[in-house]
Amino acid sequence: MSDLIRQSAATLAAAIASRETSAVEVTQVHLDRIAAVDDKVHAFLHLTGDSALAQAKSIDARIASGEQLGPLAGVPLALKDVLAMKGEPTTAGSRILEGWRPPYDSTVVQRLRAADIVILGKTNMDEFAMGSSTEHSAYGPTHNPWDLDRIPGGSGGGSAAALAAFEAPLAIGTDTGGSIRQPASVTGTVGVKPTYGGVSRYGQIALASSLDQPGPCARSVLDTALLHAVIAGHDPMDSTSINAPVPDVVGAAQRGDVRGMRIGVVKELGGDGYQAGVAQRYTEALNLLQDLGAEIVEVSCPHMEYALGAYYLILPSEASSNLARFDGMRYGLRAGDDGSNSVEQVMAITREAGFGPEVKRRIILGTYALSSGYYDAYYAQAQRVRTLITRDFNAAFEKVDVLASPTAPTTAFKLGEKLNDPIAMYLNDVATIPVNLAGICAMSLPVGLAPEDGLPVGFQFMAPAMADDRLYLAGGALEAALVDKWGHLLIEEAPSL
Amino acid sequence: MSSATDVYLPYDEAISRYEPIIGIETHVELGTNSKMWCGCSTAFGAEANTHVCPVCLGLPGSMPVVNRQAIESTIRIGLALNCTIADWCRFARKNYFYPDMPKDYQISQYDEPLCFDGYLDVTVATDDGPQVVRVEIERVHMEEDTGKLSHTGGATGRIHGADYSLVDYNRAGIPLIEIVTKTVIGTGKLAPEVARAYVTELRDVMRALEVSDVRMEEGSMRCDVNLSLNKPGDGWGTRSETKNVNSLRSVERAVRSEIERQASVLDSGGRVIQETRHFNEDTGRSTSGRSKEQAEDYRYFPEPDLLPMAPSRDWVEELRAGLPEMPSVKRARLMIEWQISEFELQTLANSGAIERVEATIAIGVDSSAARKWWTGELLRVANEQGLELDQLNVTPQDIQQVEVLIASGALNDKLARQVFEGLIGGEGTVDAIVQSRGLAVVSDDGALLAAIDEALAGQPDVAEKIKSGKVQAAGAIVGAVMKATRGQADAAKVRSLLLERLGVSE
Ligand SMILES: [Zn+2]
Repeated sequence: MSDLIRQSAATLAAAIASRETSAVEVTQVHLDRIAAVDDKVHAFLHLTGDSALAQAKSIDARIASGEQLGPLAGVPLALKDVLAMKGEPTTAGSRILEGWRPPYDSTVVQRLRAADIVILGKTNMDEFAMGSSTEHSAYGPTHNPWDLDRIPGGSGGGSAAALAAFEAPLAIGTDTGGSIRQPASVTGTVGVKPTYGGVSRYGQIALASSLDQPGPCARSVLDTALLHAVIAGHDPMDSTSINAPVPDVVGAAQRGDVRGMRIGVVKELGGDGYQAGVAQRYTEALNLLQDLGAEIVEVSCPHMEYALGAYYLILPSEASSNLARFDGMRYGLRAGDDGSNSVEQVMAITREAGFGPEVKRRIILGTYALSSGYYDAYYAQAQRVRTLITRDFNAAFEKVDVLASPTAPTTAFKLGEKLNDPIAMYLNDVATIPVNLAGICAMSLPVGLAPEDGLPVGFQFMAPAMADDRLYLAGGALEAALVDKWGHLLIEEAPSL
Repeated sequence: MSSATDVYLPYDEAISRYEPIIGIETHVELGTNSKMWCGCSTAFGAEANTHVCPVCLGLPGSMPVVNRQAIESTIRIGLALNCTIADWCRFARKNYFYPDMPKDYQISQYDEPLCFDGYLDVTVATDDGPQVVRVEIERVHMEEDTGKLSHTGGATGRIHGADYSLVDYNRAGIPLIEIVTKTVIGTGKLAPEVARAYVTELRDVMRALEVSDVRMEEGSMRCDVNLSLNKPGDGWGTRSETKNVNSLRSVERAVRSEIERQASVLDSGGRVIQETRHFNEDTGRSTSGRSKEQAEDYRYFPEPDLLPMAPSRDWVEELRAGLPEMPSVKRARLMIEWQISEFELQTLANSGAIERVEATIAIGVDSSAARKWWTGELLRVANEQGLELDQLNVTPQDIQQVEVLIASGALNDKLARQVFEGLIGGEGTVDAIVQSRGLAVVSDDGALLAAIDEALAGQPDVAEKIKSGKVQAAGAIVGAVMKATRGQADAAKVRSLLLERLGVSE
């Protein structure tokens, strides 16, 4: 089988199962690819090559003995460094957790292991998942494989870049305000934010508990669905995990059909502020969906203009509390402990040394928003806006089956371009954030390259909570039509590095 | 600063000028098998940091899952305290930094407690007889315990001056409930007694519900006492909060001492400041802690890692139907059944003997005998050894056997006490101790007559007195016989044998 690194996860799994190739070989070629290109991309913070090869070896042995394994057995995966993996460094992109090795596996990792998916390593990310460019990682930025001078999106830039650089066919991201979808959008890959509670958060280092959601990332809709099916489902270790059957996402991806589907275009998420090439590819995709038999309907979600404001109060509030435990007392970095400082001073010195500027900015913002006297004006008000946005979505989904928007307003911007302008950076997630506030699900998939810069453009489908299968039904149809048009997936046009 | 407050105003003077307003917050550790958010054991006294997991250590990524047994216990407590049970409520995060707090926030209930608006009636003794006082309960809410710090080096055992500090997280995440009273007004000089009676009653309710072992000395129940003084005609005064009062006696002493202290401050023209104070069990006085003026802002907000709780009404009614008899109801019943006074009952209750007595009566022992042993000899020994009655090595069955032997004349009270001594010392069963210690009553006439003759021979003058009709002098001979038989003779029988021997009648 030629060029294993460019194969889909589904193809690789079939080849491993039929012993046309082996899990060890597949793992090794990906490790080789990482060794060859990751100096340029910096998708990975830490490799787990030895344990990956050992795992692959045992998978091969079990296949040789006639055991029937799951649909992704032996396929390699890149894991965002925000999910606990027993015995392996887990930093959340922060200095404050440098050297910490969790004594336990997150539920997502447990499920990946149970499905015999091979974890290659931990991927780079914005510190504690705060950012839209992966430039806020304490360990240096990740570069976009399409153009190494550009950002790979954030906060899951490492996971998306690993896919686009053919370092791994599967990746796990986490999405708090768009951190799976926006990186997918700017790297020409597919990313899904499942319904809140659809995938367990147990073992995910929390940024904002009410918004965070782990999810699947891959280079095709079907691969994403296969991974989604592995990690989704009720987890008694996570109280907010939904105790209901997982929708048939794989079947939906395979069927890929929009005939008779009503697709709503959110008036407030279209038009203004979008890069011309993004708007153009977005409109073309809508036309293509119409050609495929979908009905395009304009809907209004009037409160969405307040989504960004509400998000940037709720997120820092929860983050300020979630990040409190990083105080140098129990694990990770401890600074200032030379006997001359009080406990409180050691905590303060550790946090000063261990947290980067974006994290500090949000902790201060959140502490302020929750403080007595300001709680009602900020946090409580933001929660009310959140309720109104959820109602907007509910009303829209009474009229349509799915909603659509561009995923991000622009293609990948240059590294450093928005680093000193937090507001400009925050605006990048304007179309993805409402989804997290409402707890619904959404997918980003590539719909072409912007003519002006030749960079990928992402298209977002949104569906009601627990209707994740609709994303795959619509996404599968759109992807198939685009592949027909181009003769291949868009990712095939990525530079070979 | 030497201040007038070092010498407090005498209580009678203080209370004649000011009206105390009290409020009590009681923390109770629930006796669940596992912790509040995880499956770790709650067993007391284990080696440090052996009952821990990622969840109760608050490791990055870990998440809490609420313990259903703890919710059930809290609802039962709420029902027992006549509270309304919320049909929907949430947990909140209370954010503050402390080295023994694994997450640097405590999951608690803030403005949405599980139980609220209840009351507990308590009885206090007054010069005019028992008086019932209703203490209103504002709320019963759930929270979690923290770890335990120990500071090594330094003279005081406190964090300042210590060389290093060790943390044991075995207790971290143990379910706690907090029971908060509304302000208690109008108790006047009885305030200290009301406070003690309330905490005592609360402890008894917890025991009856079997939701906690409520051992104040081990910290499984602890109180914070809020107190302010009000000068008639003036507005409410500033309150202080005396933390971690760890015995029933201390609750009463803390209230009394704080009334004296605040009255002294006010009398000398000073101002009571809002602060937390620490009660010292040895001195009976409190010392100033952190001032509320620098109090932290806890930045409460709803805990996003837990779903809201909505206990079904059916479940609540099922729990209500399963409540045991409450201590006050039980006391009223026992006073009638056992024919005892309120005072005696209070003694029984305070000593924790009621359950033991009940169990003893239940297997057929006469009620007065059961009470006599448990509140007499056994309680004395327990107090001497610093134990609870149920920690003594004596069972209701033992009492029953002893009583059978007494009824048959084989033991008397004095010998029975020796049997109990043997039981507590682990010398074996009642029969084995009677055997090994040779405790059976001497009832062989021959042996007794020999002992009588010997005693008469030793005290011929007494023998003459008795013969001359001074029967009351017989006591000296009986005493000598009892001494000679090491108490194992039946004194009444010795007396009658003696008089018979001397040919004297009563
Ligand atoms: Zn635990």
